Amino acid sequence: MALFRKPQYSSMPARPDRPRDIASKCDQCKSILIRQELEKNLRVCPRCGYHFPLTAWQRIQYTLDEGSFCELNAGLEPVNPLGFPGYDDKLARARKDSGLAEAVITGRGLIEGEPAYVGVLAPEFMLGSMGSVVGEKLARMLDEAGAQGVPAIIFSASGGARMQESIFSLFQMAKTSAALARLHRKGVLYISVLTHPTTGGVTASFAMLGDINIGESGALIGFAGPRVIQQTIGQTLPAGFQRAEFLLEHGMLDMVVERKELRPVLARLLRLHRGGER
Amino acid sequence: MADFEEQLARLQDKIRDLQAFAREQGLDLRREILALEQKAAELRARMYASLSPWQKVQLARDVRRPTTLDYIDMLFTDFIQLHGDRQYRDDPALVGGIARLEGKPVTVLGHQKGRDTKDNIARNFGMPHPEGYRKALRLMEQAEKFGRPVICFIDTPGAYPGLGAEERGQGEAIARNLRAMAALAVPVLAVVTGEGGSGGALALGVGDALLMLEHAVYSVISPEGCAAILWKDSSRAREAAAALKLTAQDLARLGVADEVIPEPQGGIQKDWQAGARAVKEALVRHLDILSGLSADTLLRRRQRRLAAIGQWREH
Ligand SMILES: [Zn+2]
Repeated sequence: MALFRKPQYSSMPARPDRPRDIASKCDQCKSILIRQELEKNLRVCPRCGYHFPLTAWQRIQYTLDEGSFCELNAGLEPVNPLGFPGYDDKLARARKDSGLAEAVITGRGLIEGEPAYVGVLAPEFMLGSMGSVVGEKLARMLDEAGAQGVPAIIFSASGGARMQESIFSLFQMAKTSAALARLHRKGVLYISVLTHPTTGGVTASFAMLGDINIGESGALIGFAGPRVIQQTIGQTLPAGFQRAEFLLEHGMLDMVVERKELRPVLARLLRLHRGGER
Repeated sequence: MADFEEQLARLQDKIRDLQAFAREQGLDLRREILALEQKAAELRARMYASLSPWQKVQLARDVRRPTTLDYIDMLFTDFIQLHGDRQYRDDPALVGGIARLEGKPVTVLGHQKGRDTKDNIARNFGMPHPEGYRKALRLMEQAEKFGRPVICFIDTPGAYPGLGAEERGQGEAIARNLRAMAALAVPVLAVVTGEGGSGGALALGVGDALLMLEHAVYSVISPEGCAAILWKDSSRAREAAAALKLTAQDLARLGVADEVIPEPQGGIQKDWQAGARAVKEALVRHLDILSGLSADTLLRRRQRRLAAIGQWREH
């Protein structure tokens, strides 16, 4: 346990975006976009609607009321519990490149004035993969949300469970799901927002367990990765397979929401559940 | 696996040859034969005590090991198999039902691999679809209703990665089981009997105790998959198996497995009955302890156990 749990009232990313170019090329329509314009549009291509990936801090900045975010458990750092070859170096590189200590940021903040606990997976840190720290921070956040009777929201963007912590990573799926069982029993709202990409052990645990599951437009969401499936079945995958819209059609999501609509939709849902906790 | 089993096989051939020769020639070669037999026994003991992680993986996947239905046959009485998830279909890769363990009713579930190639195709090599996990959930909730403990046998390469599985929500099905099992108000025991393959294994593996057979393995990804991602070379699975710390002994050391159930020398495939006796003894012993707990204590204990898994630094 931490002796000191210093809340950090920060909403500014350590490294907001890199590289710091003045223009970006859209991955989908290949248009050259002015950086400022793109950011004003929440990093969604104004031409074709392609959603650029967000860092965890960008997600927090775009979703929460300015200056409202208070980070929790920022002092949790990964170790190499299995002595996995190369893992220490990978962690060091991920820390340096992302400016983050791990692949998740958790905390409490406001969305249009509505309080919520928010966990955001960081795709910029080892593809947002879940090891011991990610599981532990999310579980603590969910327990805190339960204790306070305040709704919890998790934004997923993850390649799944982290290979380098093998069995520990696998059991973070159980740990987070167990925390959700506790939250469930307390009657506290949990919203899962699945963003690009959400796969593997994250899909197969907290990401699919929302009272409300929201997919961000165009996000790839699945259990197995498309390459693995293609190799297994030996045929090409249909267009749109495993996209958010496909999951909506198959009943796995409550809705698919464009990035610019996310904040107002979350705020409405939070208001609808206000005072609704048992 | 193959290399040292071959060495042993050669030694045994030699013993047989010598026996035949002694018979034909009317010679007394008992001392020589005994010496060779002793050598073979020593070799066998040494080999099985010092298996590499990769050898363990191959042993764990050996098709001659008992499957879930074999364990049910050997350990329980009065088994009635129950089918279907009530939503889509019955998944033959995951079986379950009600049975008696030492006379007491329990719900039994498990991945079901095939006993031969044809059976394996029908069983999808023990890789369930979402409907398999949903059947498991249905039977677990049924067990809770009637106050029956749940015993899960884990032996799967993983949840099936296919089109239909994704369409019908493989991730959702596994996730729901994890959450439900964390809160199921009856004792839940999980035994990894062979291959514990990732989330598809964990979906039957959240409970009050995790037992592993001596030569079982359990990891977040297969060694082949790990090697393919890490080194773009699935032939380096041997290295990956070592890195993943996936043996029963590793998991006991890491505090994830509560008990390693000893197997007969050479693995349970060499002596099903002796192996099954050890499994039954362990199950009965754990259930005795768990059955004495109130539902509240049981659930608190289970939640604490799950919350404790993982390692990190905090400052
Ligand atoms: Zn575009």
